[in-house]
Amino acid sequence: MSHNQPEKTAQSGVKEFHPRVHDAITNPQIRANFRKAMDGLMDKRLAAFPSDDELQGLRDLAAAIRLRALSKLPELLEKLEENLTANGVKVHWAENGDQACQIILDICQQKNAKSVIKGKSMVSEEMELNHYLEQHNIEALESDLGEYIVQLAEETPSHIIMPAIHKNTDEISDLMHDKTGTKKSRDVEYLTAEARQQLRERFEKADVGVSGVNFAVAETGTLCLVENEGNGRLTTTVPPVHIAVTGIEKVVENLEDVAPLLSLLTRSATGQHITTYFNMISSPRKEGELDGPEEVHLVLVDSGRSNIYQDDELLDTLRCIRCGACMNHCPVYTRIGGHAYGYTYPGPIGKILMPHLAGLDDAKDLPSASSLCGACGEVCPVRIPIPKLLVRLREESVAGDSDHNNSSVKGRGSKRSTSESLIWKGWAKMHKSGGLYRTGTGAATVFRFLMPNKVGAWTKCRTAPKLAASTLHQQVKARGKNGGEK
Amino acid sequence: MSSIKLYPPKPEKVYFYGTCLVDMFYPDAGMAGIQLLEKQGIEVIFPQDQTCCGQPAYTSGYHDQAREVAAAQLGLFPGDYPIVLPSGSCAGMMREHYPELFAGHPEEAKAKDVAGRIYELTEFLMHVCHIKLEDKGEPIKVAMHTSCSGRREMGLGEVGPALLGQLDNVELVEQARVKECCGFGGAFSVRHPEISEAMVTDKVEAIDATGANTMISSDCGCMMNITGAAEHMKKEFKGEHIASFLWRRCHES
Repeated sequence: MSHNQPEKTAQSGVKEFHPRVHDAITNPQIRANFRKAMDGLMDKRLAAFPSDDELQGLRDLAAAIRLRALSKLPELLEKLEENLTANGVKVHWAENGDQACQIILDICQQKNAKSVIKGKSMVSEEMELNHYLEQHNIEALESDLGEYIVQLAEETPSHIIMPAIHKNTDEISDLMHDKTGTKKSRDVEYLTAEARQQLRERFEKADVGVSGVNFAVAETGTLCLVENEGNGRLTTTVPPVHIAVTGIEKVVENLEDVAPLLSLLTRSATGQHITTYFNMISSPRKEGELDGPEEVHLVLVDSGRSNIYQDDELLDTLRCIRCGACMNHCPVYTRIGGHAYGYTYPGPIGKILMPHLAGLDDAKDLPSASSLCGACGEVCPVRIPIPKLLVRLREESVAGDSDHNNSSVKGRGSKRSTSESLIWKGWAKMHKSGGLYRTGTGAATVFRFLMPNKVGAWTKCRTAPKLAASTLHQQVKARGKNGGEK
Repeated sequence: MSSIKLYPPKPEKVYFYGTCLVDMFYPDAGMAGIQLLEKQGIEVIFPQDQTCCGQPAYTSGYHDQAREVAAAQLGLFPGDYPIVLPSGSCAGMMREHYPELFAGHPEEAKAKDVAGRIYELTEFLMHVCHIKLEDKGEPIKVAMHTSCSGRREMGLGEVGPALLGQLDNVELVEQARVKECCGFGGAFSVRHPEISEAMVTDKVEAIDATGANTMISSDCGCMMNITGAAEHMKKEFKGEHIASFLWRRCHES
């Protein structure tokens, strides 16, 4: 699907992964901004969970809630549609981002809309909705402060929760000065107040409000929206039409399921015990009510999600509640920032999600760009085994496990090369025979003076490893007890 | 998520699985590990046909080849004794990933049996042997880096520091962001060299800033990475495997 091509995003240009990484890693401002921000977010999360027992219990509960929802996803989606429809909300289904864009455009055109105000929505980023609407002469304005900044800069979000985290105050001040005429200032309150003023005027004029959804409750037909700035409430109540857009995996069974997920979401994301706003949207404005939109729509987007759903291991990817903790704790994300990944979802969750959304042939460098340190899996509030899924996707990339020959992963085997396969076949041949292995390693130590002191990428920043004069096998054997024998 | 492990009483015999990095680059660490176990009155069996746990192929996605090599290791431990490894990463591979790798294969039961007998060396010394260390060395300041698989798969975060804490003349200082990965990650270090370099450079600076003159690690991958970078950056501190360090302090000084 064309909307996920990395080359379409403002930052990535047409570059591949490694050049983008190079640009980020050699940019001291990017490095400093992310390090500082991620250190702060890790501290805040830690402080928000004073009891590890409580945290682990909540993670168990949340993982079970998400798993239960996914286990009856088709049924819950039908129930969600039924209950939303009964509440007066119109439900639309989109197979991919292009279809979802078209559905939203149709609604806008029916209403003769010229201006759309948006609350934060990563799914709308995924389908590049703003770009699409603008092509059809409809102005789309982001109202989340971070998204607003990113839009002013003509960039994409670098983090799923904090879209402008790659910028420091000075950069934001300069940007707002250039684009909106505010004074240059390091006073965050001044800058925020100015942005608020600019946005307030636009809310009043907007014909349509577009928002995301954090949890869609099947049993009651309720759309839950978590936010801090009140822009989500304005987006969903001020314009005469509200369109919510989300992925099909966001459904939960009932209202009881929401409380633990919400508690984990806000604490994992920003260390907040609760956000300033939590919106529960159940219907358009009813007769006699003073505010609220006249129409509410929900667009449910698939975009490869139902394909992930076919595999009982990869299915865990869909548990995600988009808290961003995995990226906050990722040593790779901290070094390269969000834009270097080149896709809507960066960081560990992006590495396991984008290969499905864009195809492994397209997102080919993502699964390997991890040291498998496990920090992401350790903090994931719904216990997604991210490192395990990364290894699975590496296997899919090279079609390296005949057990998975029937897998439905898009782009399976696209990274397989004859030369690398041969290397691993040779490696296996040597290492499955103790005798061959001992001969090989023994010879290596004898001829260790031949070992080069430059070994590819390794020695760019390290000295070469030094082979020992004799192997452990030889040393144990020389001692003559319990080692010479098998 | 690793489950809580209940430790058995000290056995009479153990198997020692040296790992390929120790075998070729740090055999002294392997010998020290064997000797530390023998000092505990345990007979150590070193199967000569051991090669590699299969992790390099496994994390590179070549699971058919990882399975072939791992299958050859499964036959090395016929007696019902614990299997001890001087590496959290290889121990994690055998304990956590063997059962998944062999799920649905004829070797599944054997893989689970082996996985259930896997212990990392420091964990074994502390929780099974209840080792008491007597420091005979000069005063020294050290920093410790626990590998990510050691910390997160094997639960070793407290184990190494606790063992070093038994040594009277050893001052353990903690580097900033002690839990952060050193950037090794096997093939990651050469597939994504710039990211790996940024990570290991930060790690070396953090360790250097503590003023420690020795960096102790229980994993040779991390050690090769950190000491290689430290040497390249002309830093003063040296690296030493925890087994070599403990043996040297308590039995050679």
